[in-house]
Amino acid sequence: MNKRIALAGNPNTGKSTLFNLLTGLKQHTGNWPGKTVAHAEGELTTEKATYQIIDLPGTYSLYSNSEDEEVARNYIIFEKPALTLVVLDATSIERNLNLALQVMEMTSQVIVCINLIDEARRKGIEIDAKKMSEQLGVPVILLSAREKIGIIQLLKTIDNMMERKITTKPFQIAYSDEIEQKIKQLEPHIKKVFGDDLPTRWIALRLLDNDQSLFDELKSYLGQDKQTSIEKVIYSNKERSYGA
Amino acid sequence: MQQTMDQFQVGDQIRITKLELDGVMRRRLLDLGFVPGVIVTVFQKSPLGDPIAYQVFQTIIALRKEESSLIYGEKINEEVCIHE
Repeated sequence: MNKRIALAGNPNTGKSTLFNLLTGLKQHTGNWPGKTVAHAEGELTTEKATYQIIDLPGTYSLYSNSEDEEVARNYIIFEKPALTLVVLDATSIERNLNLALQVMEMTSQVIVCINLIDEARRKGIEIDAKKMSEQLGVPVILLSAREKIGIIQLLKTIDNMMERKITTKPFQIAYSDEIEQKIKQLEPHIKKVFGDDLPTRWIALRLLDNDQSLFDELKSYLGQDKQTSIEKVIYSNKERSYGA
Repeated sequence: MQQTMDQFQVGDQIRITKLELDGVMRRRLLDLGFVPGVIVTVFQKSPLGDPIAYQVFQTIIALRKEESSLIYGEKINEEVCIHE
């Protein structure tokens, strides 16, 4: 069974503090294969099971094609962790939600962890986790990794998500009619190539965005024999967007 | 009145109206918080006036004229500031 948990988040959200707290000294560090991006993974043992936790590079986004962002994106899309924790800075939620929404377009198995809650309270910021959870459609947990607040609740939620006791319905951004129509056109083609292996709506959006680095990754993911099929989808997309 | 971001003075609060950039750079600026509707503050200018530092949400980000001259915004009154 896949028991991998990925940790994603903006820089300076205390993601690594949380990682250290969850894994303790059971860590392996190094680089991602072929990249100059630091890689850390460790083990977390809860009441129910032992999980493997992977600390993804801290990024503002998963689209801008820096090496860090590619590593984080590829891990979530191609390695498919069973669960992704998105760590947000409680004092800067508006900025941080960008990444959370991007991850929620890629996978439904998400827990939003709002870290630095002690600092936010000092600044007079009140966060309604229940309401946020209702609106985002995924569990939202307030915590402070530094003060060890909210950790027990986080561990319980991880266990419950892993045992599928919690069902999520991530909020999906609705785009303009034009884009939504194009997504609808593309989705069946993408489904034919990837089946349910990869999130079709997300790939459709990346194709519409003309994300070259992702095309290359998709091609190597498919392997030599199937490459032409994705090229056909990309080509038909380009024809539609430029031909009109 | 709408102006490009490099034309405001230090201390001005600006509501971003549009980005005339494409592709990766547009995406990057959006990710950093330069989103239409967001209010940013001109934080500091370097001695020669380029780059200029802006405060976006709680972060200071410096942009060169190459980028800032393609972002449009309008100056707003101090009272309606929603971000510290």
